[in-house]
Amino acid sequence: MARKFTPKVVTANHLLEGDVIYLTADDRWTRLMCEAELIEDEAHAQVRLLHAVSQPEITVGAYLADAVAGENGPEPTHFREDFRRTGPSNYFHGKQAANAEV
Amino acid sequence: MYKYNEFDAAFLAERNAQFRSQVERRIDGSLTEDEFRPLRLMNGVYLQLHAYMLRVAIPYGTLSSDQMRQLALLAEKWDKGYGHFTTRQNIQYNWPKLPDIPDMLDALGEVGLHAIQTSGNTIRNVTADHFAGAAKDELIDPRPVAELLRQWSTDHPEFQFMPRKFKIAITGSPNDRAVTKAHDIGLRAVEKNGEIGFEVIVGGGLGRTPMIGKVINDFVSKEDLLPYLEAIVSVWNIEGRRDNKYKARIKITVHEQGLDTFREKVEARYAVIRDQFGGFDQKLLADIEQHFLPPAFRNAETTPYIVAYDNDPVFRAWADTNLTEHKQADHAIVTISIKAHGKTPGDASADQMRLMAHLADNYAYGELRISHEQNVILPHVHKSDLPALHKALKEAGLGTANIGLASDIIACPGMDYCALATARSIPIAQQIATRVEELKIEHEVGELKIKISGCINACGHHHVGHIGILGLDRAGVENYQVTLGGDHTENAVVGERAGPGFSYDQIVPAIERLMLAYLELRTSAEERFIDAYRRVGPAPFKAALYPEAEEKANAA
Repeated sequence: MARKFTPKVVTANHLLEGDVIYLTADDRWTRLMCEAELIEDEAHAQVRLLHAVSQPEITVGAYLADAVAGENGPEPTHFREDFRRTGPSNYFHGKQAANAEV
Repeated sequence: MYKYNEFDAAFLAERNAQFRSQVERRIDGSLTEDEFRPLRLMNGVYLQLHAYMLRVAIPYGTLSSDQMRQLALLAEKWDKGYGHFTTRQNIQYNWPKLPDIPDMLDALGEVGLHAIQTSGNTIRNVTADHFAGAAKDELIDPRPVAELLRQWSTDHPEFQFMPRKFKIAITGSPNDRAVTKAHDIGLRAVEKNGEIGFEVIVGGGLGRTPMIGKVINDFVSKEDLLPYLEAIVSVWNIEGRRDNKYKARIKITVHEQGLDTFREKVEARYAVIRDQFGGFDQKLLADIEQHFLPPAFRNAETTPYIVAYDNDPVFRAWADTNLTEHKQADHAIVTISIKAHGKTPGDASADQMRLMAHLADNYAYGELRISHEQNVILPHVHKSDLPALHKALKEAGLGTANIGLASDIIACPGMDYCALATARSIPIAQQIATRVEELKIEHEVGELKIKISGCINACGHHHVGHIGILGLDRAGVENYQVTLGGDHTENAVVGERAGPGFSYDQIVPAIERLMLAYLELRTSAEERFIDAYRRVGPAPFKAALYPEAEEKANAA
């Protein structure tokens, strides 16, 4: 039996800023992981990844990251993705700071 | 200090203009990321976890005060107000935006700095003893040779697409502060029959296959050094394994072929190319040497130093840990700790950089150094100026008296920044430093080298730490392995793994137990941690690390 597909989000770094971005279901790029499209189907995930890779003017290094459905949208399952959506732990920089400004 | 000539300036301006155009073409879509990536890496631009990162070379760790001020400007204008000094005497900016980087490179060019070959499979920034030119124990100042190597290796047409990166370190002193035995090539000045030349060490390196370098030639004269090094790199460039990235470094080539076979090939290559070096390199070296003449050391009484030392315990503690003997008896080498307890090792704010530049102008003939241990050095300070210097440093949070102690930790950026990392390093360093300060034990513990890497690539030199910590990802959780007994000096040793790893929450208490166990078992305060480890072996330290295993064994 094939292994169960782990849900994914499409993520990349932004070409100009270099920061972490996620693909939404309505084809926008967002800085917030909770707004990302949570993809539960493997074939659909590949289609969405191709869509991301085909936008080299926006994305660098797009890939599928494991995620789970949380209360407010997708959440990371691995600590690396948690750091990517938050920022470094030694300074209040990166997304944690940007999100605080909103 | 080396000052760029017209050729250097023109070369750099052209390279920067090329890169500016490459960035423009990436942004307008003419270049794909696959095409652009090697171009940006050649210019020190990485894409990390949260942002781009620009790695700027500080050649052989030497900076002028003007250069330091420019580094501060970059931090403030295009980054988040700080820079991170690394274990290869570079500075990294963690938050630049791609469109700004060409301007940053131009600003660096104004003061004779660049980011060329700080990445990619090329010869990287040549590192040197951070006390070079000042240390009492050195035979020669190694920096003129290091500068010659910088000029030789920069854009060297044969060495732009090598099997892997290539790192050279050089020291002019028998007491190795440049970790020469853990480099692809290590150079150590030696004297033979009244002539000074170099012992050439090859095939050292850390990473996933740590190896201590081997002496391929115990004496190469200054005249023969450049062709000899070119022969080494040239042989490896052809024979180094391009089929497997993990076996591509010269340490593997030397290990697989054997030192004698590799040496024969180098000698054969050397015989072919020696005549191509018709003496121009020596003329160039002679010119370069003129840039590195010592400053006109001033004469004054050292009384203010003696008075402060005798009367001010805070100054005395700092003087005891942060000063090193200078070749001029009335001067001292000052190491400024940029590792205040709880702060990020190697980070300096723009304000701190500017202050250090100002203090260098006032007290240190305008010179600074960056150490691979991630501190800043004022290489020449007259002893009478030390009390005033210390006061100014203290007021700026730069007066920490911890050089060589438990909180003077090397830590790579780890998973807080680095895309390759498997775990965080910085918070572990911060917590260990905070803990030893709470316990107030580091002065009692004395010299202790703790080195932390956040992945197997070992940028944090964990293999050669007295205590090494390696952060790994074990089934989706951060896990920290401890190695013991490593040594980064001329007696370099790769540490031994102590046993199972520790969780993020358990690693700091484990390190604390190691320090306390050492205090228990040392024979005197003179016996350092590493000495005690060598005397008694790992068993008592393992018992401290794994008390439960110990109890079980005793019960059985």
